[in-house]
Amino acid sequence: MARMTMIQAIRDGMDVAMGRDNSVVVYGEDVGYFGGVFRATQGLQEKYGKSRCFDAPISESGIVGTAIGMAANGMRPCVEIQFADYMYPAYDQITQEAARIRYRSNADFTCPIVIRMPTGGGIFGGQTHSQSPEALFTHVAGLKVVVPSNPYDAKGLLIAAIEDPDPVIFLEPKRLYNGPFDGHYERPVTGWGKHPDGEVPEGHFTVPLGQAKIKREGRDVTVLAYGTMVHVALAAAEDTGIDAEVIDLRTLLPYDLDAITASVKKTGRCVIVHEATLTSGFGAELAALVAEHCFYSLEAPIRRVAGWDTPYPHAQEWDYFPGPARVGAALTQTMEA
Amino acid sequence: MPKPLSLHVPEPEVRPGGVPDFSGVHISPAGEVGRPPVDVDPREIRDMAFSIIRVLNREGEAVGPWAGSLSDDQLTEGLRHMMLLRALDARMIIAQRQGKTSFYIQHLGEEAVSTAFRKVLNKGDMNFATYRQAGLLIADDYPLETMINQIYANSEDPLKGRQLPTLYSVREQGFFTLSGNLATQFPQAVGWAMASAIKGETNIAAGWIGDGSTAESDFHAGLVFASTFKAPVVLNVVNNQWAISTFQGIARGGVGTFAARGLGYGMPSLRVDGNDYLAVHAVGLWAAERARRNLGPTLIEYVTYRAGAHSTSDDPSAYRPKEESAAWPLGDPVIRLKAHLIVKGVWSEDRHAQLEAEMLDTVVTAQKAAESHGTLHSDNRPSVRDMFEGVYAEMPPHLRRQRQETGV
Repeated sequence: MARMTMIQAIRDGMDVAMGRDNSVVVYGEDVGYFGGVFRATQGLQEKYGKSRCFDAPISESGIVGTAIGMAANGMRPCVEIQFADYMYPAYDQITQEAARIRYRSNADFTCPIVIRMPTGGGIFGGQTHSQSPEALFTHVAGLKVVVPSNPYDAKGLLIAAIEDPDPVIFLEPKRLYNGPFDGHYERPVTGWGKHPDGEVPEGHFTVPLGQAKIKREGRDVTVLAYGTMVHVALAAAEDTGIDAEVIDLRTLLPYDLDAITASVKKTGRCVIVHEATLTSGFGAELAALVAEHCFYSLEAPIRRVAGWDTPYPHAQEWDYFPGPARVGAALTQTMEA
Repeated sequence: MPKPLSLHVPEPEVRPGGVPDFSGVHISPAGEVGRPPVDVDPREIRDMAFSIIRVLNREGEAVGPWAGSLSDDQLTEGLRHMMLLRALDARMIIAQRQGKTSFYIQHLGEEAVSTAFRKVLNKGDMNFATYRQAGLLIADDYPLETMINQIYANSEDPLKGRQLPTLYSVREQGFFTLSGNLATQFPQAVGWAMASAIKGETNIAAGWIGDGSTAESDFHAGLVFASTFKAPVVLNVVNNQWAISTFQGIARGGVGTFAARGLGYGMPSLRVDGNDYLAVHAVGLWAAERARRNLGPTLIEYVTYRAGAHSTSDDPSAYRPKEESAAWPLGDPVIRLKAHLIVKGVWSEDRHAQLEAEMLDTVVTAQKAAESHGTLHSDNRPSVRDMFEGVYAEMPPHLRRQRQETGV
């Protein structure tokens, strides 16, 4: 085991995958010599050479389009979109191409690619460096969508994603890169140094896609969360003293329905938390699933806590961000219902 | 007061009711454009983006430095491929009208481009084509019956009824799954070629796009990646003058030619007579050799004319004069190759008529065989189960539940 930040764990995941399999290539904007604006690819070009880790032109549709072509020629590209907010020019390539290559060709061709993208706010990135577009991917047949919340999962899920036979959108909550941010922005920053999930196995291991994980067992209410919001939910449970069961979904598509229903049937209450805007967010899908599968176990209405339906603001970041106070209030209201 | 501004919206020379006029299209005489060595510095041949490489002259003779890349037997085979594609198209348009399929895309007037280009590729090379390059399959002897099975979406459709008619996928024969989107295949072709270079292999890729789709950002994404990484790829623009009802001037704008788009990317950019089987082959061979020798990408514009409708869903007489295709100055690719072979003394009107009948017979035979497996609206179409399979390598639980809901 080794101590790693999330960014180190992601880098290590790519390093391990590249070391094991020559067909893994890594590229994106500023990814080569410099090692990425968040340093996720630092050292990879030096270690594996320029033909396996390199800078790409600023063309997201080109980055994903070429990755699809490479995958058709037997490679496993793991490409970086510098910020999830920049993925829109590649949306056509992702949704209509990568996601459907297997289906439309009846597996004559496949598309084993990983598209990594830093997501979420909390770093004063404003509207174009803070978005959480996961619902735009979970709505697409043929994609897998992963959001890790800690270094251990980040490495294990990333290696699993690279080894997966289908395209995976890998959303990295950038506020978690260097520490387990719980939304208490006014408190001193803590790193991954002492966090149990900062202990990461060295070498190869995987966390299977499609499996949620209970991060805190509880009897009173189920909190469904992923990414940064896992830590916010844990803080809200701590702050309110409510015995919440916090589930880290880890993979949004395919989602782990068994884990969700088992917990909600046990607690009878459900709060769903995400940073993305509320309306038509992934929380709407989760709420529908809980209603469809757990209706007769519910003792209170399902609540959602999410980013407001505005663009991600700059100066009002902490008014926008669904922090522990808002999540705590939702827990309290759900318990009182 | 300054004069008010006004917007420039390009218009074709002639609309329905007018007299076709191609006097503005500059046609280089056959044999006039030189043939540089394949390792030429692209800066030295910038003028080739504005001329047209042609081999066959009006008399049906092959002339100039691009002539001589094919033997008589290869030329006769090329004629056969073009005629087979034309016969297939004609029969499939009728089949669509009979309700045996929902949709069809034909190649009328453009048969030389894909059939001749196929002959410059090797086994293992990969095409990222559009829906108007089925000649790549025909010229590689892909079974007609299998093509028609896909068009009919019957029980033997290799794509299980999931794709629009004509959007084939044939990995074994170097034909990447067709999308139906526009231009997405262009950067994909470049990526495939980059992978070949990364792996140190010897195969090359070919990307294809139409004149209208060059306006898509993916066209430029493909060019910049190809240019930056000197990918072993041939990038083909088929300028058939019409994007459904929109004349090529709307996509081309002020650049002069589509080939000229490549100049800014520093790549050799050639224009070729797309209705001249010999010229298409010679130029494709030149570009393929550049790619194989690791000299990088080439942009080729095939100047041709879409003599038929865009698809079975539009009527060209609503947007261009009916007589326009007959007035197209580069003629018809089948008639021109036939004339050449007659001039060479290896072909005759009789043999041509005989071959025409034979091609129709070949298509009808394949069509009958395909029809024995069903057509679009018959009972033996791909199953509902097939609809759910293949979204992922392994069916995830949510999809399994949905499939169960349908009772299969």
